[in-house]
Amino acid sequence: MNIHEYQAKDILRGFGVPIPPGEVATTPEEAAAIAARLGAAVVVKAQVHAGGRGKAGGVKLAKSPDEARERARAILGMTIKGLTVGKVLVTAAADIASEAYVGIILDRASKKPVFMVSAAGGIDIEDVAAQTPEKILKLPIDTRYGLLPFQAMRLAFFLYADLKQARAAAGIMQQLYSAFMQSGGSLAEINPLVVTTAGEVVALDAKMAIDDNELDRRPAIAALRDESAEAPSEVQAREANLTFIKLDGNVGCCVNGAGLAMATMDLVKYYGGEPANFLDIGGSSSPEKVVNALRIITSDSNVKAILFNIFGGITRTDDVANGIVTATRENPLTVPIVIRLTGTNEEIAMRILQENGFSASADMDEAVQRAVTLATRGNAA
Amino acid sequence: MSIFIDRGTRVVVQGITGRDGSFHAKQMLEYGTCIVAGVTPGKGGQTFENQVPVFNTVADAVSATNANTSVIYVPPLFAADAIMEAADAGVGLIVAITEGVPVLDMTKVYPYVRERGARLVGPNCPGLITPGESKVGIIPGRICTPGPVGLVSRSGTLTYEVVYQLTRAGIGQTTCVGIGGDPINGTSFIDCLTAFEADPATKTVCVIGEIGGTDEQEAATFVKRHMKKPVVGFIAGQTAPPGRRMGHAGAIISGSSGTAAEKIEAFQQAGIAVAKRPVDFVQLVRERLP
Repeated sequence: MNIHEYQAKDILRGFGVPIPPGEVATTPEEAAAIAARLGAAVVVKAQVHAGGRGKAGGVKLAKSPDEARERARAILGMTIKGLTVGKVLVTAAADIASEAYVGIILDRASKKPVFMVSAAGGIDIEDVAAQTPEKILKLPIDTRYGLLPFQAMRLAFFLYADLKQARAAAGIMQQLYSAFMQSGGSLAEINPLVVTTAGEVVALDAKMAIDDNELDRRPAIAALRDESAEAPSEVQAREANLTFIKLDGNVGCCVNGAGLAMATMDLVKYYGGEPANFLDIGGSSSPEKVVNALRIITSDSNVKAILFNIFGGITRTDDVANGIVTATRENPLTVPIVIRLTGTNEEIAMRILQENGFSASADMDEAVQRAVTLATRGNAA
Repeated sequence: MSIFIDRGTRVVVQGITGRDGSFHAKQMLEYGTCIVAGVTPGKGGQTFENQVPVFNTVADAVSATNANTSVIYVPPLFAADAIMEAADAGVGLIVAITEGVPVLDMTKVYPYVRERGARLVGPNCPGLITPGESKVGIIPGRICTPGPVGLVSRSGTLTYEVVYQLTRAGIGQTTCVGIGGDPINGTSFIDCLTAFEADPATKTVCVIGEIGGTDEQEAATFVKRHMKKPVVGFIAGQTAPPGRRMGHAGAIISGSSGTAAEKIEAFQQAGIAVAKRPVDFVQLVRERLP
């Protein structure tokens, strides 16, 4: 789960990270009022779940409340990487002497959270990583011991020669690490971490992503989800416990398991079709899940044929068959459906489908080809 | 021959009385897996299906039955503890089926298991099957048949698909291993490739990967340097849309985005035959069997 910059900053402030004051506005007037309260130059920052906000024009300096109002007017409602901006963060501007990068990410290779720091912070840190990797220090952390004080100092001295600044930075590393662990993070980033002209070390921007698997045990973090910042169909799918990504094609896919779902989409493309979505109903499927999946797929008017590809392991194919029967009884389909189903309880599933007037195949290639043909015919009609 | 599990595998099922645990314990028993014990705290002393004794702890189960392998079906927030309990009880192979285990939990579990000399497969995986001998996990037994092909996959259901296609074509398997798709898992492609290379019964190996991470690229390097047996590979997600990435750390850590194209190229450069569709495994494997 992604959270907004202002939410990440609230979390980090709670752990003691020094961050300039700021508040969220949803209208230009609110932005002006916040700027007036802060009583100094402010930065107006688009709050969307995407990187590259600055380059897209979503981050602007304003020297007065009037200017903040105009900046907010321009930014609110703009689109950044397909996402509409509904909120801006209005935050006190800082006089920057230097910019560093500090990040933690869960790393597959070392199987640990890895700290990454660089004195060459700012927006082009990926280029720094690619071209001058020696300017980045990476340090895997054993979570059983946590970030040890000497490790925090080593990271801090990589950024700052000045002892006072290094100590301040080491403190921030500890606070960032605690926030990452206690929020169930998969990513936590301060970019830039700046030294101000007054010599203070402060965090000017923050990003955090949360491991979805943590949310059940962290209700306060789960409550940070901003559904208005997500695609409606993806919100609907998540509420139904499905993984769904909308695409532009016309073959609606309903598959169990992410790998098979991707392979099914690849095969649709292989046979000349275009998938309308990625949809994984997951394991332990219940009939209700299938009903919800069909509702989401059929709400896309581009869909000209529906393809079920179910290979039962932990998923019982009879659950899926019952779901298809229930869903289509409630809402009869207006587009053709092709069902491929095999694995756990296959015989029962096939009987349920046949008794209810559906035909099903056990062959994936055959089913995909048929769905592509039907979708193409549906498009022509 | 086989890798990791065989006729001598003695299984303890953690979470044997739950919905998924009981269903799949029955399926394993029907397949002929030697299930010697079950564990559900508070249900010690009961008997599952009139034949499997249930214990309160894994330690009790191991000391009473000499179980050497555990399979875990407990809910996600309890999985880390269950894995560590099995490792602590001296179980040598731990297969965690549970989906949705917090990744930060795994950062503690992985070194814990390793330091006790145990092998963890998963989490979020379908487990293993050595056709005709033992099944530990949820891979449907009827789609497998004994034979000369070793198979390792990050996916669950896509594994079934490929095994099913092979079996339908009369090509059997030594062992099929689903290592799971989570960011941190116990057993890697390389662990399985090493074992298959050393297993005299395995003549050809199938590797099923997907987008994300760099495990497939590392597997490709290993195949090129260390394997004599032919390998056939597949990468799922060629049509997957690029995700909206947050932050910079992902690109810094991997230096690449883990696309299907990159992985396919790595496979090809390592001399791995790449299947375009799951069904293409049949022809490519057949050409490479002695």
